[in-house]
Amino acid sequence: MSKKHPLDKIPGFTAEERVSKIGFCEQLKGGVIMDVIDAEQARIAEEAGACAVMALERVPADIRKHGGVARASDPGMIEAIQKAVSIPVMAKVRIGHFVEAQILEAMEVDCIDESEVLTPADEQFHVDKRVFKTPFVCGCRDLGEALRRIHEGAAMIRTKGEAGTGNVVEAVRHMRALMSQIRELRSMEEKQLEKKASELRVPFDLVAWVAENGRLPVPNFSAGGVATPADAALMMQLGAEAVFVGSGIFKSGNPQQRAKAIVRAVTHFEEPKVLVEVSKGLGEPMVGIDINTMPANERLAGRGI
Amino acid sequence: MEDAPLVGVLALQGDFAEHEAALAAAGVRTRRIRAAADLGGLDGIVLPGGESTTMLKLLDVEELWRPLGDALRSGVPVFATCAGMILIADRVENPNQRSYGLLPITVVRNGYGRQYHSGTFALVSTALPAGTTGTFIRAPRITSVGAGCEVLARRGDDPVLVRRGPVLAACFHPELATGLHPVVAMFVEAVRAYVRRSAAARA
Repeated sequence: MSKKHPLDKIPGFTAEERVSKIGFCEQLKGGVIMDVIDAEQARIAEEAGACAVMALERVPADIRKHGGVARASDPGMIEAIQKAVSIPVMAKVRIGHFVEAQILEAMEVDCIDESEVLTPADEQFHVDKRVFKTPFVCGCRDLGEALRRIHEGAAMIRTKGEAGTGNVVEAVRHMRALMSQIRELRSMEEKQLEKKASELRVPFDLVAWVAENGRLPVPNFSAGGVATPADAALMMQLGAEAVFVGSGIFKSGNPQQRAKAIVRAVTHFEEPKVLVEVSKGLGEPMVGIDINTMPANERLAGRGI
Repeated sequence: MEDAPLVGVLALQGDFAEHEAALAAAGVRTRRIRAAADLGGLDGIVLPGGESTTMLKLLDVEELWRPLGDALRSGVPVFATCAGMILIADRVENPNQRSYGLLPITVVRNGYGRQYHSGTFALVSTALPAGTTGTFIRAPRITSVGAGCEVLARRGDDPVLVRRGPVLAACFHPELATGLHPVVAMFVEAVRAYVRRSAAARA
């Protein structure tokens, strides 16, 4: 069967970018990427089996509390984490802040997260991720956001969820939206796909690729609100290929044990018996926030559409 | 294809799905290895890329360290890429960590640098077709090769594809290539030969 849009030719990516940038992200699949604020936490994360760490000065829960403008982290702090662990180190830049991205690339950060958790720097444009050698991950709430970011060069997508809340409801909403929109594309004919592409403001080839292959052309991870092993397994069962955990680990009563439990839950996401075992006696989870009581202007997921 | 060989792919973390796709394209059946019970009746074992520290932790938690070690030493063809190669090396540096010691090589983790230095490079080899390349992602670097271990390909002066008996290991990721990479084909050929030998021995 000859395919018009084969799996290994991704619209907008050169063959080299596909294997080196997207290939890097594929190595993280089935793993947990943990937010850490210093070398000590990074070591705990690595010891627990994290496949990568996200270095940032404040976890999202504290960014919420602290208020003000949230920016990229101090390079010195990121360097200390790079020295402390052997797993990949990621770091965040503000949406559209390509100079923060240049700084992270110069530091050889392994992956850059252009993140809605920080205060956006550009209300019109995201970073042109194609000009960087470093792979980027970006957040999405639906297929349109995902494909626009991929078109800009993102090598990995994560659903946004609502970071720093310990509430998985938004992550679920975004993953369900994304997966059902992908399924919808599968039944469309060419004319409808053309219309969809213009509606989503992305090239036809990208939409046609997704329609034909039934998935995003880059790894699809989940983030924003995961606090328990069951939350992590839920996101995996809904279609995530790996999970980012932000405040959920180091804002909980026993970070070490919770980190290990979430790592194991992601590997065995379809085995309730293992989930029983890892969910026992984890101590206090982070205190969550009910999204419905949250003022609209405190929601981070609406940033960068 | 009921008679297609069955290869187990360690599926604790990493790019096991890419290995499965590459093997399926070569006409081989695959099974995910996540517990000791998954190790029976395999005609080959793949240790994929990913994070070796994560895999080590999970091998312990799943009580797979010993049963997998026994399976790897049983004489079935083994194919290890990147993190998988780190798991079976004799000695691991940067930092030092535990390994199976299946291949007499010393590897330095992230020996070519961080992700920024990842990319596709030409391979120098008499065992592979001219022009064959390999994609290196935060790749381990082999700094010494002991007796009995063949070097099948190099990147510059560094050995990057090595073999001893049934065990084949690459610093790079043939499973990510467009189309069938010659190194995947080499492993699949070894698996088919193993199946033929086993059948002959039974008969």
